[in-house]
Order: sequence, then C-alpha cells, then structure tokens
Amino acid sequence: MNIVVCVKQVPGTTEVKINKETNTIIREGVEAIINPFDTYAVEEGLRVKGQTSGRVTVISMGIPSVAGLLKETISLGVDEAVLLSDRAFAGSDSLATSYALSMGIKKLGEYDLIICGKQATDGDTAQVGPGLAEKLGIPHTTYVRKIEEIRLGYIRCQRMTEDGYEVIEMPLPAVITVVKEINEPRLPSLKGMMRAKKAQVAIWTADDIKADKNLCGLNGSPTKVIKTFVPEHNIVSEMIEGTPDEQSKKLADKLLSMQFMKCN
Amino acid sequence: MSGIKILIEKCTGCKLCLKACPFGAMKMEDKKAVILENCTLCGACVSSCKFDAIELKEDKSEAGQDLSAFRGVWVFAEQKYGNSASVSFELLGEGRKLADVLNTELCAVLIGSSLEQAVKELVRYGADKVYKIDNESLEDYNDESYTDIFVQLVNKYKPEIVLMGATTYGRSLAPRVASRLNTGLTADCTGLKIDPEEKILLQTRPAFGGNLMATIICPDHRPQMSTVRPKVMKALEPDDSRTAEIVAPGVSIPADLSVKVKNVVSNLCEMVSLTEADVIVSGGRGIGDPKNFALIEELAKVLNGAVGASRATVDAGWIEYSHQVGQTGKTVGPKVYIACGISGAIQHLAGMSSSDTIIAINKNAEAPIFKVATYGIVGDVLEVLPKLIKEFKQKLA
Repeated sequence: MNIVVCVKQVPGTTEVKINKETNTIIREGVEAIINPFDTYAVEEGLRVKGQTSGRVTVISMGIPSVAGLLKETISLGVDEAVLLSDRAFAGSDSLATSYALSMGIKKLGEYDLIICGKQATDGDTAQVGPGLAEKLGIPHTTYVRKIEEIRLGYIRCQRMTEDGYEVIEMPLPAVITVVKEINEPRLPSLKGMMRAKKAQVAIWTADDIKADKNLCGLNGSPTKVIKTFVPEHNIVSEMIEGTPDEQSKKLADKLLSMQFMKCN
Repeated sequence: MSGIKILIEKCTGCKLCLKACPFGAMKMEDKKAVILENCTLCGACVSSCKFDAIELKEDKSEAGQDLSAFRGVWVFAEQKYGNSASVSFELLGEGRKLADVLNTELCAVLIGSSLEQAVKELVRYGADKVYKIDNESLEDYNDESYTDIFVQLVNKYKPEIVLMGATTYGRSLAPRVASRLNTGLTADCTGLKIDPEEKILLQTRPAFGGNLMATIICPDHRPQMSTVRPKVMKALEPDDSRTAEIVAPGVSIPADLSVKVKNVVSNLCEMVSLTEADVIVSGGRGIGDPKNFALIEELAKVLNGAVGASRATVDAGWIEYSHQVGQTGKTVGPKVYIACGISGAIQHLAGMSSSDTIIAINKNAEAPIFKVATYGIVGDVLEVLPKLIKEFKQKLA
C-alpha cells in the first residue's frame, strides 16, 4: 500500500508571543517545527505501513529549509520525502495549497491512502485535507480518531464528532485527516537517524509537477489578507479576596447576577 | 509572475516594515529593507510603509465570473435528525445584517430527512427563504452527497455569500465545496462586515492562536465563503410572525455513494457538548488527582455546563481527549469559563480566551491564566470548589 502523508512547517507554537509595546510578533528563538497534528499523521502512516506493508512518502510545500525538517520524518521510518518549493507557490491560501499538493501527489504515482493532520497550528483552517481530496477527486473523512480496518481498496474509520463518533467506510484511494487521539508518535531510532543523515529530500518546482502557475501561490488564491492587527484585550481582572468561604460566596453572587444564569 | 519588491530609491531604512511583518520575513541590509524567502506575500509591509517603497504585484488573470450575477446571503442550516444546530440560528442572525446592508435576501439551505420542524425554526430565526432538500437517504450527514447537492444549488441559484458553522461537519463540507467551486473560504471568522464601497465581505479571523487578527477578502470569486465558530455570532430573538418562501429545488440526489456512514454513536453520558455549552468548568493539573475531576463534574452539573480539561490532564490519562480545550483540543467560547487549577499555557488560552467571562482559580498568583481572567481567586482549588458547589446549590435551589 502506498501511503502519502502531508506535513507543514509551523513556528514552534509556545514562542508565538506579541511584544505589547511594538505590537509585533517576538521572533527571537522561534524555531520551526513540524505541525504537531502532522506528527500523528506520520505515525499513523507508519502504522498502516506496518500492517499492510508498503511505502510511506512525506510531502510538504514550503521554503527550501523545510527539507531539513522532512529529514526528521525519515529518521522515524518514512521511506521518502518530497518538498514542493518554488517562489511561484508563495502567498498560497488553502485552495492554492490544495492544488499544489494534488499536483505533487499525482507526480508521485500510485497512492492508496493520504493522511493529513486535522489542521495546522499556525493557520488553524483545517481546509487543506478536504480541499486536496476534492482536487484529486477522491473521498475524504476528517477528524479520524481510529482506523478500524484497512486493506487494499477499503478503509473503515471512526470520525470524532461534537457528541461522539461515527463509523465511516470509504473506498481507497482516500484522504483522512487525523486527531491527536489516534496514536502516540514514536521517537526516532538510532538507525533511523543514521539513515536520515544520508537521505536526500527531493525538491520539486512548479514546473516539475506540471502545475499551472495561474492556480499557484498568490495568483491561485481567491482569498487575500488585506489587514493584520493585534487584538485588544481590555481585560480588567478583579481578584476576589478573603477566606475560601468568602471567596466562594462572592464569586457565586457575581455569576448569579449575570442575566442568563437566572434562567438555568 | 506575482512578486514583491522594495523600491530601493524610496526606502528610507525606517524599519517600519520589519515590525509589521508577521512572518519575520524581512531584514535590513545596507540600511535598506530586504525581503527574505519565507515571505508569504501577505502585504502587511506594504500597508505599513509610509514611503510607498514596497510594491506587491499580482498577475491579474481576468476572472471569467460575472460577479454581479451572484446575489443573496446563504446559511448552511446544519441539523442532526431534524434538530437544528444552534450555530445555524447564530449564522442567520449575522446573515440578516449582511443581507440587509446588501439589500438582498437571506436564505437557509437545509439538507436532511424529516425536516418539517427544522424549516419552521429557520423561519422563526429570520430566513427569507428556505431551500429544503428532504430525502430519506440524506438523514446522516455525508460529505459526498452533501457536497454534491450543495454545489448543485450554488451553481443553480448563485449566492454571493455562503456561511457555515465551524463545526465538525461545516469544517469538512465548506472546504470540499469551496475546492470544487474554486472559490475562497475563510475559516473560523469572528467578525463579518460588508465593505461599504466595494460591497464585498470583510472577514476577520484570529491567527497564531489568537495573537494576531487578519482581515481577509475574496474579491474576484463567488460565492465568498466563511465558516464561523459556534457561540461567536448572536441569533435573533425567534419570532413566530416571520414568514418565508419554502423552496424544494429540483436537484439530483446522488445514489450509490462511495462514502458510507455505518454507525453514529453519541456519548449519551455527556450532559452538554463542549462547543454548545454556556458554561464550561475545566480542570488542570492543579486539581492534583484524577479522582478530583468528580468535583469539576459536580460543579458543571450544578451550572448545567460541560466539563473541559487541560492538555496536561489528558496526556496524563486523567480524562478523555474529547474534553481537551486548547490548540490541540477543542476551541470553545462559552458565556462563562471556569478554569480550575489550570496555569494557562498559551496553547490553552488559544482555545478559550474568547469566552465572555473567565474565572480562574489557582494556587499560584503568578499563573498566566489570571491575565485573561475576569475574576480570579488565588487559593487551593480543592478547598474552594466544594464551597462553590455548595453556594450554587443553595442559591439555585
């Protein structure tokens, strides 16, 4: 079975802080990491490979330095890593990203299962998985928390919903996006790290994947960011003092004075 | 090809653009600004530059769409077994305002089975028109059939704006539909407005875990699509005197679906779902022991709320992942969020800081959670919680 996992480079999230005086993002010490949700996608790919035998290919779109991060996945047991990198991809929204990834995946050849993380922690859109499935003309299921059964041409999985889960069957090839609950990612092995050191990450341009440049990057993105600003948090905190008895009483009174609490 | 460049002769080296760049993609070289390869062409620097020294060029491929042919504001009316999701009403409330500014109609699109009751509710909450696709085969939400039908409707009636809830289904359906229609989609909008001159939709959403807000437009493609999280917009007061046109459009309902929903399992033990709850009581490591989640549950029950949890407690196996609030869990925005023994890591704050009122109970007065709290109690959560439960029980009785 050929498994493709899509990953994205994101800023190490804990470091995303705003300098309140200059209203800018503090960049010092911001390291780039693999989107945390994608690490579950990589792990699930490796597990499916373990059950069915096959290959796991990781694909990403980003700046050339992302290649280094992709090597990390090779140390985990991924067979091959491909990076789509070209100035023509710059400024891609989720539609243009879905398109570029679909063209890259088509160039890879035959594929059975495509796995994405449920969303990336920088944009939080969760749009590329379903968008990609549509561009490839194959079915998808989001928020997958468990693969119940998988074999050539068939998958049955559980999708997490607001109040429980659903069991969904699809033919393969298909796209799934996975939540954190699905597994616990492994650590790299020593052998894997040695292999990663020697591994080459293929870098493909827009021409390599025969992408129409009108559908890539800024040109292929229907949405445009026209303004960014730092939200104002005018929070006036009130500390409730006193003994625990007094604190509880005061807090309960404050909450119960709120209109909607009365109708509960 | 599209691109961005610094007009060297105009650049004064003032560094305003360096500060404006949300991606750290600019640096100074010989006292002039230089754009680095990780630039995403977002344009933040262009608007920051006081000297018009940055130029962002885009190849305008003439859009083939006649934008004026698209009229009307649509809301995808999500429902499960005939029960409408409350986000549908919230979207109608917001959609009403947009439709009024645009002087156009507000339509609800209802797909499912046995929809009589749901239709009535959509009318009470302000829809001018309801497109109803009622068929037994559509009882369960299915990405394949719902996408197919929704796209047929868009192609037939050409709405200018489509709003969907940022729910499990909405976040799956919207990108699939947008991808098929090759139009723009903005996720998790917290503000929607019509630009008074251009008459286009201004969509504002948080990025970087809520630390940065971005306003996004979709100027050359229709429909303009947005998802909006539950609890962000306000529903109108329901009104029985409202009337609407009910349309049963002729669409082909796909048979022989390749995607099959085999089983739908609801956790009936859950009192209220996290995303729908008005009150959430959340527990963190500070509660000390998994068994103390009983206190959290008790308070939630008294307040008719839901139980949340920090990532640390989920990772430690104290409570199920479905309760996790934060960047890698659920994003919530209840009226009241009570954080018990949660220190307030930035990832947790990203998932709950839009709550109307935040209450923090924590031993450590320096905990970051207090920075976002409306009311704070510095104290032992195990001491405060039982007393708080007692107070509410007495007063709500």
